[in-house]
Amino acid sequence: MHISSHVRPPLITGGKTLHDITHDISSRVEDMPNKKWLAAFTVSALVLAYGLYCLYRTLWFGIGEWGLNKTVGWAWDITNFVWWIGIGHAGTLISAILMLFRQKWRTSINRAAEAMTIFAVICAASFILAHMGRPWLAYWPLPLPNAFGSLWVNFNSPLVWDVFAISTYFSVSCVFWYLGMIPDLATIRDRAVNPISRFIYGSLSFGWTGGAKDWSRYESVALILAGLSTPLVLSVHTIVSMDFATSVIPGWHTTIFPPYFVAGAIFSGFAMVLTLMIVTRAVYNLEDYITIEHIEYMNKVIILTGCIVGTAYITEFFIAWYSGVEYESYCFINRATGPYWWAYWSMMTCNVISPQLLWIKKIRRSIAATFVVSIIVNIGMWFERFVIIVSSLHRDYLPSSWAMFFPTYVDAGVYLNSFGLFFTLFFLFAKFLPVVNMAEVKAIVKSSSEKISSTQSSPSHVH
Amino acid sequence: MSENTKTYWRGIEELNNTPEFAAHANNEFADNPDFNLDGGNTYRRDFLKVMGFGIAAATLAACETPVRKAIPYLNKPEDIDPTIPNYYSSTYAEGGDYCSIIVKTREGRPIKIEGNKNSSISGGGLSARVGASVLSLYDKERYRSPKISGKNSTWEDIDTLIITKLQDFALAGKQLRIVTNTILSPSLYSALAGFVAKYPNTKVITYDANSASALLEANKLSFGTTVLPSYDFSKANIIVSLSCDFLGTWFAPVEHSNQYVKGRKLSNTKKQMSRHYQFESILSLTGSNADFRTSIKPSQEGIVVANLYNLLADKAGAPKIEVGELKDINNLSKAANDLWNAKGSSLVVSGSNDTNVQIIINSINTLLGNYGNTLSLGTPSYYKKGDDNTMNSFVDELVSGSISGVIFLNANPVYNHPMGAKIKNAISKLELSVSTADRPDETNVLCTYLTPDHHYLESWSDAEIKKGYFSLGQPTISPLFKTRQILDSILTWSGNTTDAYSYITNYWKNNIYSLQTTYQSFQSFWDNTLHDGVFELKNTNAELSFNFNIASVTESINSNYKAASQDIEYILYEKVGMGTGSQANNPWLQEFPEPVSKACWDNYASVSQKFAKEKDLSQGDIIKIDTKNGQTLNLPVLIQPGQASNTIAIAIGYGREVAGKAAIGVGKNVYPLVNTTDNKSKYFGVVSAITKTSENRTIAQTQTHHTLMGRPVVQESTLKEYLKNPEAGRYKPLIKTNQGDKKPEDITMWKTEGLETHNYKNHAWGLIVDLNSCTGCGSCVISCQAENNIPVVGRQEVINRREMHWIRIDRYYSSDADPEDKSLMGYRNMEDPSDNPKVIFQPVMCQHCNNAPCETVCPVLATTHSTEGLNQMTYNRCVGTRYCSNNCPFKVRRFNWFSYYTNTKFAEINPMMDDLGRMVLNPDVTVRARGVIEKCSMCVQRIQLGKLQAKLERRRPIDGEIETACSQSCPADALVFGDMNDPESRISKALADENKERAYHMLEEINVKPSVSYLTKIRNV
Repeated sequence: MHISSHVRPPLITGGKTLHDITHDISSRVEDMPNKKWLAAFTVSALVLAYGLYCLYRTLWFGIGEWGLNKTVGWAWDITNFVWWIGIGHAGTLISAILMLFRQKWRTSINRAAEAMTIFAVICAASFILAHMGRPWLAYWPLPLPNAFGSLWVNFNSPLVWDVFAISTYFSVSCVFWYLGMIPDLATIRDRAVNPISRFIYGSLSFGWTGGAKDWSRYESVALILAGLSTPLVLSVHTIVSMDFATSVIPGWHTTIFPPYFVAGAIFSGFAMVLTLMIVTRAVYNLEDYITIEHIEYMNKVIILTGCIVGTAYITEFFIAWYSGVEYESYCFINRATGPYWWAYWSMMTCNVISPQLLWIKKIRRSIAATFVVSIIVNIGMWFERFVIIVSSLHRDYLPSSWAMFFPTYVDAGVYLNSFGLFFTLFFLFAKFLPVVNMAEVKAIVKSSSEKISSTQSSPSHVH
Repeated sequence: MSENTKTYWRGIEELNNTPEFAAHANNEFADNPDFNLDGGNTYRRDFLKVMGFGIAAATLAACETPVRKAIPYLNKPEDIDPTIPNYYSSTYAEGGDYCSIIVKTREGRPIKIEGNKNSSISGGGLSARVGASVLSLYDKERYRSPKISGKNSTWEDIDTLIITKLQDFALAGKQLRIVTNTILSPSLYSALAGFVAKYPNTKVITYDANSASALLEANKLSFGTTVLPSYDFSKANIIVSLSCDFLGTWFAPVEHSNQYVKGRKLSNTKKQMSRHYQFESILSLTGSNADFRTSIKPSQEGIVVANLYNLLADKAGAPKIEVGELKDINNLSKAANDLWNAKGSSLVVSGSNDTNVQIIINSINTLLGNYGNTLSLGTPSYYKKGDDNTMNSFVDELVSGSISGVIFLNANPVYNHPMGAKIKNAISKLELSVSTADRPDETNVLCTYLTPDHHYLESWSDAEIKKGYFSLGQPTISPLFKTRQILDSILTWSGNTTDAYSYITNYWKNNIYSLQTTYQSFQSFWDNTLHDGVFELKNTNAELSFNFNIASVTESINSNYKAASQDIEYILYEKVGMGTGSQANNPWLQEFPEPVSKACWDNYASVSQKFAKEKDLSQGDIIKIDTKNGQTLNLPVLIQPGQASNTIAIAIGYGREVAGKAAIGVGKNVYPLVNTTDNKSKYFGVVSAITKTSENRTIAQTQTHHTLMGRPVVQESTLKEYLKNPEAGRYKPLIKTNQGDKKPEDITMWKTEGLETHNYKNHAWGLIVDLNSCTGCGSCVISCQAENNIPVVGRQEVINRREMHWIRIDRYYSSDADPEDKSLMGYRNMEDPSDNPKVIFQPVMCQHCNNAPCETVCPVLATTHSTEGLNQMTYNRCVGTRYCSNNCPFKVRRFNWFSYYTNTKFAEINPMMDDLGRMVLNPDVTVRARGVIEKCSMCVQRIQLGKLQAKLERRRPIDGEIETACSQSCPADALVFGDMNDPESRISKALADENKERAYHMLEEINVKPSVSYLTKIRNV
C-alpha cells in the first residue's frame, strides 16, 4: 500500500471515498451518453466520414490524388505517421516508465493516455497503409514464409525495422492497456443491472474475482509489461528516426535523430495527453481525479522535452555549419530561409518558444493556458516532421530536381481522417470503458486523501 | 513368366464381376439412381444440391475476368517469329528533317525508330521528331477511308469523281494547283511531272512552313543555282552563326549535330576543338552550345551581318557595304578576327529568311574561302525547296478566283501559312479541293475530297537528300486503314496503272542504277540498297563562283534593319520537339521538354529577365500582345535568360484548331504573325503594345530551378586550361579524417577487404556521357520513351512535377553570383541566372550506383543489384513506399501516381489508353502498374537480347553490338554504352586512357559509385 508524506498535497482531491471513485468512473459507462458526448461523437464521426471519402480516392485512384511529386516522395503522409507515433509515446511513458519510477500521480491519467497511445498508433498505421503505392500488398514487408520463390524482406531497410518496432509497440501497448483494465471491467460487471452489459463486461473481465491471487498476478504481469514497454518508449521512435537518419539525404542523414525524435515524441505525447485530459475532465467532471497538480507535472515534462528538442534544433544547425558539407549547410539555410521558412519558424515558435512560458508557475497551473500551449506544441511538432521531411527533400542534391510540394484537398482529407478515427475511437472508449484506472486510483486515495478523509465531516469538503 | 501373372482387383465388385457392375464399368461417372431431376420424384436435398451448384457455377462464371484473345498465326508469315524483332531500313523525310532510319518491328508492328549508321548524312542519329514519328502511325485520329464531303467513300468512287473533274478541267482549261511542302522523293517528282503532262494547266507549288526561301534565292542570285549548300561543320574551326539554330530547328539538325560535335570532341589524341560564336535573339539550342553568345534584336540582324562582312572586307580589301558601324555588339570583331585567321576552315551561317542577308553571308563565306571546304554547292542539298514567291502568288491567284482546283499534297497552309485565313476562305469556292493528309487538319476539313495518304511507315518511298545521296523507304506494316500513298494517288489520277512500288523500282532502274558500277544486276543493286537504306555516290561537282555585286544590298539592309531600335519586337521560332506543328497530335512530342526552357504542352511569350522586371511581369502572367500588323493574342509569360531585351519570342507549331485531342487547346497559333517582306516570310515583327492581364496560366516545366548553386555536379573548364592540364575543372572532394585527408571512396565502415569493392565477374555495364558532345537536343528522351513504354502524363501532371521520362536533360544557366559565397545572400544570388547565361546540358538517367542508396532502403527487396553492375527494379515486388526515390541523390526514380493506362483522366493524351496506341508498346518491357516505382534499366532488355544472341553464336558480345536506346539515337555520339570489363570496349578505353582525366562521377563525395561517368565540359573561350 502506498504511503506518502502528509506534507504532499493529495493526488486526488474532493475527499473521495472508494465508493465515490467507483461511482464517479463507472457511472460514465452505465449512464446514457450525455449531450456533450453525443455532440462530440457526431462531429468526430462526420470528420471520419469525410476523411474516409478522401482515403477512398487515394486507394481507388492512387497516390496521385495527393500533392507528392518525383522529388518529394513523402510529405503529409509520413509527417502524419511520425506525428501520430510520437503522440502515442506519452501513453507508454506514463504507464511504463512512470510506473517503474513509482510516480503515483500517473494513476489517474494512465488509462486514457494508454488508450491514446493505441489509437494514435492505429492512426499512424493508417498512414503506413495509405502511403503505399499498392496497399493491398501491405503484408509483403512482413517476413512471412511465402510461395513467391522464397522471397524475404530486406533486413537492411529501416522500413522493415519500423514494421517490427511498431507492431511490437502496438501489441505490447494493447496488452498492457487491456490488462490494466481487467479489474475495472470486473467492477463494472459487478455493478451492471442489464444482463447484456453484464455478459459483455463479464466476458471482457476474464472472470476476475478480485482475490489475492488475482491481484498478485495482476501486479506481477503489470510489472513485467512495464519492464518490456520501457525500452519500447526509447526504441520505437529511435527506429522511426532511422527512416531518415540512415538515408543519404541532407537534413535526414543526422546522427542526432534518435534522442531528438524520442524527446520530441514525449514532448508531443504529453501535449496531446494534456489536450485530451483537459477536455475529458471538463466533460466528465473529473476535476478531483485529474487535478491541477497532474497538469503541472505534465507541464514540467513538456518544459524539459521542449528544451531537449530546442537544443537538438540548434545542434543540427551547428553541425551543418561545422561539418563544412555543402549540401548539409544549404539544407539548413534553406530550411530557415527558403520557400518553406514559414514552416520552420512555425516549428521554432511552437516548439521552442511556447513551452518556455511554462516556466511561469501561474501559466503552468492555468488550465486555459496549458490547453493552448498543448495545442500549440502539437502544431509545432507536426511542423517539425513536415520541415524535416519536405524541406530536406524538396531541395536535395541536384538543383535540377528541386521542386515544391503543395498539398491537395485529399492530403488534408486523409489527415482529417486520422483525426476522425482517433476521436471516434477515443469517444467510444470514453463511453464504454472506464477512463480512469479505478483500481489504481483507489490504491492511492487512501493515503493521499487520508488527511481529508479524517476530516471529511467538515462541510467545506463535501461536494 | 506366366506363373508370375497375378490377377489384381480393385474392389469386391470387380472380383465378383456381376453383370450390373460390368454394365457400368466403362462409364466414367457412376449413375446416381437417386439423382434424377426429370423423373418428378426429386428429393429436397438433391434439389438444394443442384440449385447450390447452379448458383455457385453461375456466380463463378460471372466473376470470370474478361478474356483477352491472343490469336496464334494459322499460317505464320515468313520472317515473323514471335518475340524476335525484325529491323528494316527506311527513310524519314518531312519539312526539312531527314533521317535514314532503321525500323524495329515486333510481330509485324513497327515499335521503334533507330538511326541508320550506314548513312553518312544522319550518321546513325535521330532527332526527337523522327523518333516520335512511329507514334503518329498509331494515331486514332487518322482517317480510315477516303471521304467525300465528310462522308466515307471508296477509292473507286472518289477516283472516278476526281478524274472526271480533272478531265473537265483539262478540257475547259481551268487552272489546277498542287500545293505541297518540300518533296524529297525523286519518284514522286517524276509522277508529278507525269500528272502535269496529263493535265497541262497544273502547277506544283512548293512552300515550307518555316521557310528557307531566301537562302535558295540568295544562292540563285549569287551562284546561279536554286539549291541549299551542303555544310560541313566538322571541318570548321570557327563557326559563326547568326540567328541560325542549326543544331535544333534549322534544316538537317541531325546531320549538323553529328558534324558539329565531331569538331567539339576532345580526347588525349584530339586536343583541339572548334570555336562557336552565336548572335541571336532567342536563346536557341545552338546558342546554348556556343562558346561566345551575343543577344541581338531581330531588327539588328541585317546590320550585324553587314558589319561582320565589313570587318572581314577590311582585312580582305574587298568593297564594303554602306551601313552604320556597330560598336556595342560584343564579340563581333573578335569573331571576325578568328574567322580571318581560320580562312578556309571557318563557317558563317544565318537562319534569316531575307535574301539580302543570305547574299552577304554567301559573300562572307566566299571572302573566307570556305566554299569547297566547310560548305559546298558542288554537293547541293535539298532539305528545303519551298519558294515563298510562288506560294504568295498562288494565294493571290486563289483569292482572285483564277484557280478552280487545288490538291493539297499533305500540306496544311490554312494553318501554317501566314495567309492561311485567305486560303481558308477561298477553298470553299473551289470546284475541286482535294487533300491527301492522313489525319484531320485545318486545311483538309475544308476540302471536298479527302484521299488520305499512308503513314510513311506503311509506304514505299525514296529520297534524294543531296545530289548523289539517295535513300529508300519501305513499308514496315500493312496499311492499318483504307488509305493510299500519295504516289499511288497521283499515278491513278494521271491514268498510270503502275503501283507505287513498281513505279519506284522502275524509276531507280532507269535513273539511279546506271549511276553506279558496284552491282552487276539491278536486282542486287536494289536489294542491297533497300537493305542498307542508302545509296551514296559521294562524288562532288565543281564549286560555283560567287557573282554578285554586294553593294546592291545596301539599300535594302538599311531600310529593313536598324542598328538600334526602341521598339518591342517579337520573333517566331520553332521548338525542337514541336517543329512546325505537323506532329502536334503526337503526345510524346507535346510532353517533350523544350531543351532550353524545359517547358512542354504550351507555347508562351519568352521575355528577358530585364524586360520582365521593367514591365512587372512574372512567370505565367498572361499578357495581351498587339502587333503592328494588326494581330492580337494572349499568352503566358516565360522568363527566359539570354533572350534579347525588348523582344518577345513565341513558338510556331501550336494552337492547332483541327487536329487530334492531344493537340487541341495547346498554345496559340502565331503563323498569322509572320510578316512578308520582299515576298519572303519574315519571322519577326514589331509589337505595338503589350498589356498585362489579370489572368495567369502556369507553364508546365520539367525543371524549375535553373542554376547550379555553386555545386560541382557539372564540372567544366576552358580549352586553355584543358591543354595545360587535362584534369582542369575536375572537382576532387577530400574528406578530413584523423588520418589526414582521404578520398571518399577510401572511407568505408567495412573492415573486410574486398567487401567495398564491386567485382563483377562477367560484364560491368556502364555509360559515359560526354558533356562536351551533348548538345541537349533531347533525341534520347524520345528514344527512351519509345523503347521503355513510358507513359505520357499531360500538362497538369507535369506542372505537378510528375513527368515519367527515365532520362532527362538537366539544363543549367550560369549565374553572375560568386559560387564560393556560401552566405545566405550568396545563395540567394546564385538562384538568379545571368542575363546572357552560359548554358550546360547534362543528361541524367539512373546512375546505376554500385553503393546504391535505393537498394538498402527498399523494405521488400524490389530494387537490387545485378551481377553485371545494374541496379534492377522488380516491378512485381514493389509495394510503392517511395523510400528509394526519396533516397536517390539523383532523383531519377519515377512513381506511377496513377494507373496511366486505365485511368480515364489520361484517355486523351496517353497513347496506351486505346487499342491502336497500345500497338506501339515494346513487348519486351512491362507496362508498369499503378503504385510502383520505375526508372532507367539501362535497357536491360537490349542487353539481354544481345547476350542471348552472342550466346547462340558461342561468342562474347562485341562492343557496340548492344546499345541502349539513348546512346543508339544520339546524333552527337555523346553517350557511350559498353562493358567496362571488356578492355577493348570504347567505354573502357575512354575511361582508362582517352579521357580518363575528364571522367568524373556525380556527387563523388557521397561515394555511391555510379556506373555512369561524365566527361567534363570544355569551352573554347
